[in-house]
Amino acid sequence: MTSILFQNARLIDPEKNSETLGSLAVKDGRIAGAMGMDDAIVVDCGGKCLAPGIVDIGVKVSEPGERHKESFRSAGQAAAAGGVTTIVTRPDTLPAIDTPEALEFVRRRANEAAPVNVVPMAALTRGREGREMAEIGFLLDAGAVAFTDCDNVIDNTKVFSRCLTYAASLGALVIAHPQDPVLSHGAAATSGKFAALKGLPSVSPMAERMGLDRDIAIVEMTGARYHADQITTARALRRLERAKGADLDITAGVSIHHLTLNELDVGDYRTFFKVKPPLRSEDDRLAVVEAVATGLIDTVSSMHTPQDEESKRLPFEEAASGAIGLETMLPALMRLVHADHMDLPTLWRSISFNPAKRLGLSSGRLQPGAPADLVLFDPDAPFVLDRFKLKSKSKNTPFDEARMQGVVLGTWVAGSEVYRRD
Amino acid sequence: MLFRDAALAYTARMSFRARHLLGIEHLAPDEITTVLDLAETYADLNRSDAKHSDALSGLTQINMFFEASTRTQASFELAGKRLGADVMNMQMSASSLKKGETLIDTALTLNAMHPDLLVVRHPSSGAVSLLAQKVNCAVLNAGDGRHEHPTQALLDALTIRRAKGRLHRLTIAICGDIAHSRVARSNIHLLGKMENRVRLVGPPTLMPARASEWGVEVSSNMNEGLKDADVVMMLRLQKERMDGAFIPSEREYFHRYGLDGEKLNFAKPDAIVMHPGPMNRGVEIDGTIADDINRSVIQDQVEMGVAVRMAAMDLLARNLRAERNAAPVAV
Repeated sequence: MTSILFQNARLIDPEKNSETLGSLAVKDGRIAGAMGMDDAIVVDCGGKCLAPGIVDIGVKVSEPGERHKESFRSAGQAAAAGGVTTIVTRPDTLPAIDTPEALEFVRRRANEAAPVNVVPMAALTRGREGREMAEIGFLLDAGAVAFTDCDNVIDNTKVFSRCLTYAASLGALVIAHPQDPVLSHGAAATSGKFAALKGLPSVSPMAERMGLDRDIAIVEMTGARYHADQITTARALRRLERAKGADLDITAGVSIHHLTLNELDVGDYRTFFKVKPPLRSEDDRLAVVEAVATGLIDTVSSMHTPQDEESKRLPFEEAASGAIGLETMLPALMRLVHADHMDLPTLWRSISFNPAKRLGLSSGRLQPGAPADLVLFDPDAPFVLDRFKLKSKSKNTPFDEARMQGVVLGTWVAGSEVYRRD
Repeated sequence: MLFRDAALAYTARMSFRARHLLGIEHLAPDEITTVLDLAETYADLNRSDAKHSDALSGLTQINMFFEASTRTQASFELAGKRLGADVMNMQMSASSLKKGETLIDTALTLNAMHPDLLVVRHPSSGAVSLLAQKVNCAVLNAGDGRHEHPTQALLDALTIRRAKGRLHRLTIAICGDIAHSRVARSNIHLLGKMENRVRLVGPPTLMPARASEWGVEVSSNMNEGLKDADVVMMLRLQKERMDGAFIPSEREYFHRYGLDGEKLNFAKPDAIVMHPGPMNRGVEIDGTIADDINRSVIQDQVEMGVAVRMAAMDLLARNLRAERNAAPVAV
């Protein structure tokens, strides 16, 4: 394999929490320590940022079942263009990924079609129905990195606690969606002045804290490794802080949308802003941004959820939830850096180092020996987003026509270039 | 010369600039006054022998009701016919929706028939404005989910103005099931814009979250909420929109929140009583109050409904014609 020498780069190292001007050597698909490789291809980074590639937990690829919305090829290309070098796929496909055979299919398709690393998650219960446990052991052997029923909350606490007990014995990571399922049933917005004036069915932000409270109790009872997919309210953050202080094996994530948008963005019933959980108040958004900066929230993901035009061109309450985000993740998050909420190494901790570490992957770092999964980007370059230029098959982004900053110049996976900006 | 033409056209539109009537939220106070002033003339016409004008002559009006309605649909139909429009009623729940057609497809299909006025009621909030984006005629919202019901608020305003002689500096208590009511939302917008003091009264389970932030006073006690009110507006308990456990029982609701003579005594002696209908007698309103010709203006509301809808459609049709005349003619 060839060697590459990245020169004149602003190196963003989330592990050391540092930002330095220098060079980085890559040999045999891994980051190399020693310099002075005569035969290396030299990449002049022109003073732009070079960082570990993004590890995105919770990407929906829609394959199997809804390939017209997104395939491994299109998702992989979108990821490469967005600086995402590892996509951690959700099992909420049709059918759900709840057997080793289905997981095998995902891995095979991903290897054939996607230019980036694809790491699959599996369902925690059969069909994500919350009744019978999936074959956690077999699925773990087949390569599942985590177990989740996605946004289906297992409301039967007996089933949920047994799943966690069993997962704990295998050391498997469980990812849950903290939300009281009954209180949030049918809700399309967060309750408050805006939702009430627009006449939308809404849920109190308290439903998230209630869901998290329950989950924390069961984690305390079972000793399971637990990750909350999205914490989006200030109330729940206080509970998360306490649980982490109590030495439970708990981590939490949040989506780019809850970090950069609020409930008012829905405006005149714009369904591309309908996500799950619904967008929150500005106070909650700021609290969650702060929690990412302090590290209370460990991971940030795109929660990439492709939906076709048909499922979005409906009255708001009937429209499908979710937004795509693989390609918009980096520029969206640059808003937080440009607004001085956090610096680049802190941000990269939450999108690269922490998610990789939580899933037991060796990527997300710049240390010698780590996989050479890298992204080169200009954090300041401005552009106006055109959703029809995105590589995803579905175009449901809330950032259409938004003015953004942050452009990916090139992406490498295991030392191979998978994307370069024209 | 050009300026003179434009000025004349503006006068003809009498400062009503909207292309659609989707809600009160985006109307300006002078636009509201324009509708009400024109509606007064139609109220007179409706009381005369020859109840006919040709304001909408040659135009096609389609009433699309995705939700059952008797009075609103009849009112819109009569309003259109009295202005000379060709009116067609479509009961949408019975037709294409059952065949799986989407709202947008239904709208496009109708649009191809070149209607000029589309009157739409739909059970989902925001559905009418979604539809309005896809058609090139004037759309009137006849109620969308729990969002808005603009012609109801306009007819309520006209009724109040005629009974009280003014539409400002009044204390108006809106009582009952606020949470599920589009009538309440449109009225809150309208009465607020016209500078009235609005109170919302109802059980906390039927009060929207943080309603106090809407610039209104909120109370869960009828006697307190009705104190010195000029207008008492009762809302229908929307049993069909409830999915359980909002109130303990209808009889307890009537006892605490139903309008009877005792509670009405807390309002001003000349306070008027309103209800958008259909009424649940003995649930939100005592039958004798509803029938009291000295207090109740419920029948006037129905009468003003036709006049207000005539005015609204007339104004929208004028804007539509002006827009079509201004647009270059397609060859």
